[in-house]
Amino acid sequence: MIFVFLLVLLMLIAAIAASIFKDLISAVIAAALVSLIAAILFYLLQAPDVAMAEAAIGAALVTVVFIIAIRRTKRFEE
Amino acid sequence: MNGTLIIFLAIIGAGLILCFLRMLKGPTASDRAVAVDTVTTTIVALLVLLGFIFERYVYLDVSLVYSMISFVGLVALARFLERGI
Amino acid sequence: MHLFGVIITGIGTIFLFLGNLGILRLPDVYNRVQAGTKCTTLGAFLTIIGVGIMQPAWFWKALLIAVFILVTNPIPSHAIARASRKSGVPLCDRSVVDKTREFEEYEEKG
Repeated sequence: MIFVFLLVLLMLIAAIAASIFKDLISAVIAAALVSLIAAILFYLLQAPDVAMAEAAIGAALVTVVFIIAIRRTKRFEE
Repeated sequence: MNGTLIIFLAIIGAGLILCFLRMLKGPTASDRAVAVDTVTTTIVALLVLLGFIFERYVYLDVSLVYSMISFVGLVALARFLERGI
Repeated sequence: MHLFGVIITGIGTIFLFLGNLGILRLPDVYNRVQAGTKCTTLGAFLTIIGVGIMQPAWFWKALLIAVFILVTNPIPSHAIARASRKSGVPLCDRSVVDKTREFEEYEEKG
């Protein structure tokens, strides 16, 4: 139970960090970390198929799409 | 035996907190990428250990998919950093 | 058999914790890459093999996961180290030798 509280706390910290970073690459890395912990929470709620889909989409696909979008625009937020 | 596994889970959780501190503190984007790489490998081991605690054979598939596919995003990010802004 | 698996899992867990501690404590990106990939690869390998020994029906699938980690873990760390060297992240001020800069100076001199 304490382990679930720890994971939710780390997920909240990563989400807040993703919203306040000025370097957008760092924000993408923090967002990848959020989806990574969401996969563990789905796993602990006894839904391994949802966790598998979340791992495949959140770790690989979302990061690549965000990086392609950042390459077309600017890296630093003013 | 169950208490020993709880101790192992506590050690891995403490390691996750240390990696999160580096992710929050790191001066450049490369430090944060290294921290996320380490967290990914730690989480694969954690998922296998949790699957042993829950005693479900199907749960190992999640860990298998995760270890196969987790390097794609970091390689794309490294390609972006290598080419400059 | 069972006690042997518990011991191997414990050693792997300790290696995982030491790798994460190295991520926090070491002074430089390149040192952190070294701690974060070598130590963590050995720790995850030993942990997964230990689970496979504790539950002998799971051994082959656990071995498959461990081999996948052993293959795919060095790829992003190598890519990140190369990218941070190319994009100009400085070394720490206590480092002694920089072979890449020496090689670049040698290439410029011809």
